[in-house]
Amino acid sequence: MSFLEYAPAPESRAILSLRDSYGLFIDGEFVDGRGAPFQTISPASEEKIATIANANEADVADAVAAARHAYDRTWSRMSGRDRGKYLFRIARLVQERSRELAVAESLDNGKPIKESRDVDVPLVAAWFFYYAGWADKLDHAGLGADPRSLGVAAQVIPWNFPLLMLAWKIAPALAAGNTVVLKPAETTPLSALIFAEILQQAGLPAGVVNIITGAGDTGAALVAHEGVDKVAFTGSTAVGRAIAKQIAGTDKKVTLELGGKAANIVFDDAPIDQAIEGIVNGIFFNQGHVCCAGSRLLVQENIHDEVVERLKLRLSTLRLGDPLDKNTDIGAINSKEQLERIRELSDVGEAEGAERWSVPCVIPENGFWYAPTIFTNVQTSSRIAREEIFGPVLSVLTFRTPAEAIAKANNTPYGLSAGIWTDKGSRILAVADQLRAGVIWANTFNRFDPSSPFGGYKESGYGREGGRHGLAAYLAPRAVSAAGRGAAKASLAGPATAMPIEAADGAPDLETRAASRRAPRSAKPSKRGAAK
Amino acid sequence: MSRLAVPKTYKLYIGGAFPRSESGRTYEVVSAGGAFLANAAKASRKDARDAVVAARGAVSGWAGATAYNRGQVLYRIAELLEGRRAQFVAEIEEAEGVSRAVASAQVDEAIDRWVWYAGWADKFAQVAGNANPVAGPYFNISVPEPTGVVAVIAPQDSSLLGLVSAIAPALVAGNSVIVVASERFPLSAISLAEVLATSDVPKGVVNVLTGSPAEIAPWLASHADVNAIDLVGAGDLDWISLEVDAADTLKRVLRPESGPDAAAPTLGRISAFTETKTVWHTKSLR
Repeated sequence: MSFLEYAPAPESRAILSLRDSYGLFIDGEFVDGRGAPFQTISPASEEKIATIANANEADVADAVAAARHAYDRTWSRMSGRDRGKYLFRIARLVQERSRELAVAESLDNGKPIKESRDVDVPLVAAWFFYYAGWADKLDHAGLGADPRSLGVAAQVIPWNFPLLMLAWKIAPALAAGNTVVLKPAETTPLSALIFAEILQQAGLPAGVVNIITGAGDTGAALVAHEGVDKVAFTGSTAVGRAIAKQIAGTDKKVTLELGGKAANIVFDDAPIDQAIEGIVNGIFFNQGHVCCAGSRLLVQENIHDEVVERLKLRLSTLRLGDPLDKNTDIGAINSKEQLERIRELSDVGEAEGAERWSVPCVIPENGFWYAPTIFTNVQTSSRIAREEIFGPVLSVLTFRTPAEAIAKANNTPYGLSAGIWTDKGSRILAVADQLRAGVIWANTFNRFDPSSPFGGYKESGYGREGGRHGLAAYLAPRAVSAAGRGAAKASLAGPATAMPIEAADGAPDLETRAASRRAPRSAKPSKRGAAK
Repeated sequence: MSRLAVPKTYKLYIGGAFPRSESGRTYEVVSAGGAFLANAAKASRKDARDAVVAARGAVSGWAGATAYNRGQVLYRIAELLEGRRAQFVAEIEEAEGVSRAVASAQVDEAIDRWVWYAGWADKFAQVAGNANPVAGPYFNISVPEPTGVVAVIAPQDSSLLGLVSAIAPALVAGNSVIVVASERFPLSAISLAEVLATSDVPKGVVNVLTGSPAEIAPWLASHADVNAIDLVGAGDLDWISLEVDAADTLKRVLRPESGPDAAAPTLGRISAFTETKTVWHTKSLR
């Protein structure tokens, strides 16, 4: 046994008590879906885990109605203090059931247990804990006194961090006083359904959170439902674009957390050991299924060969295999479709002249796997330097001067994240100023925290999640009455907002809002139909 | 014997210069009473694209200026407007057919609004940004940055105040602007451009187009080098189609407003055209 070989150390699945099939969680209870049920499988073995209900349009309508009812009758009337206490309860219950959630997440998603156990689930608890404290402090969210909640939030989340993305969406929505209909990704519904059980244990009033499972058409029906006041989506730029088109002309507010092609810039004076670890963490964390992954390595030309050599050495020590094994570094690719896309783009990279190197490792017989891969000699015009691969594939490019590094880093329609590695503090700050990206990691990468806003520039979407900014995405300034507003002078002290999309005209009160949902924008009653 | 007046030729304002429309087109601007006032330039798609190029070229310099400097440049616009107060009052009286008192009030409010926004330039980041207490050895700070190139469809029912209310907040954070002026009242917009041209605003930071918003707006809404579009004055256009066009490049969109409070001064109008950037840095004694 060499130092790279370990005895298997699988985390026990005994902690899970899964049901054979799961319904939709609507109005506090699990109910049958009216669409054709589907199966969720383990991407590491292709074995069936459970049968999952499929929400059709009628189910979506039920879920939105339950959320509306809970909003009108319960949640919007509850004190911030009590809303906060429910969120604190949820945070504690997540901590209590953290091992179970971690095992379920790794089973259903394919990510290594060390990541779900040490990153995903602890952050889920932290997210609820952070926003719990905001619920009774909304006056300090930066929107002026007594900001109002928006109503029913439709939330559609991806499969790469199933439970963490749920927390990013639900925690701020509830703290701000909204109710929720959430749709987890088709391939990773399991942890969200266990979370629904946690909500039952927490005694959260029925209908405040509804979780409906299904595929893309379920999500589309949810986003399109006229009873929805807020749309929050994390996923591909293509779908985000479609959502932005769909909500055009409605009163729905939206935050979009979309794709990325982050540059990870390594200068020749970087602390090289840390940089190598950071590069690996930047692109191979979670099999590269990370929207903010450092998928473009920009390395200063004079240290290119050394960095690539050391990267290959380091990658050769990574262990690919059973996600539930505590020693596993690289888990399974989440789905067959995703694996196909990674293979296709990698083949394109090779065809376009880049040099491919993959870790020589044993690939398990069943399941979906892709060995960590580095492309060198990549041209900026190559598809693997421009398109989001969303897999364990790193494209290496070079630069000579800081100005060239900045220009190459910004040469993308995306703008989600970036990394900078150098020992020179003043250079970090100057380069960070110039990068057009929403999150910049300096001498680190892929760090997340509930107090830290996250979100993109340009086609990586709009709005922020996390921190005070993430809370503001679920609030609007209190409407100032026309009489109270008076002359323009008086409105100088009027409502302020940090919302990226904010009609500054007075927000209607609760009574008129219900009416305006049926007749969108009283000034232009017919336009919505005309635009379709 | 009364003196024969020398009328002004009204042109576009693009990249710090005053070109005619490349299309050669003009349209007649008349007073409230129907009298001929001027032939305003009728901007084309090409003019709009030229304006985007000028605006894009101006972003790095304007966004890169210190906030203190931007504040002073914006304040200087108010100073110059004050000096031309009588000209704007007369222009508005004639174009809108309102009394001198009403026209004066509009000009005064426009000047005071510049002053209000100018003062925000070096304070906005302190209000909109913050340090974040993350659970780890990291320095973590969030700051607002300009979105980039902002296209504005100015309020259509006012000569000066609506225009100022829409472009000033976009400039505060360091964006550059392409504004499509009121179709009916375009002359004050070009007079404002003369103020901008003789102030310290770098060329290309503000570009003024006159003509048909219905014709120009779709080109701006779909232009890939425009980062955001303010539809404040687009209420009478097919603005939903503009919002759909804007979604192709995921532009930030502000929706139409109407009434006397349209584009009222708020921090929201500044933050609508900013992006929050969060920077993490490791802390270590080693």
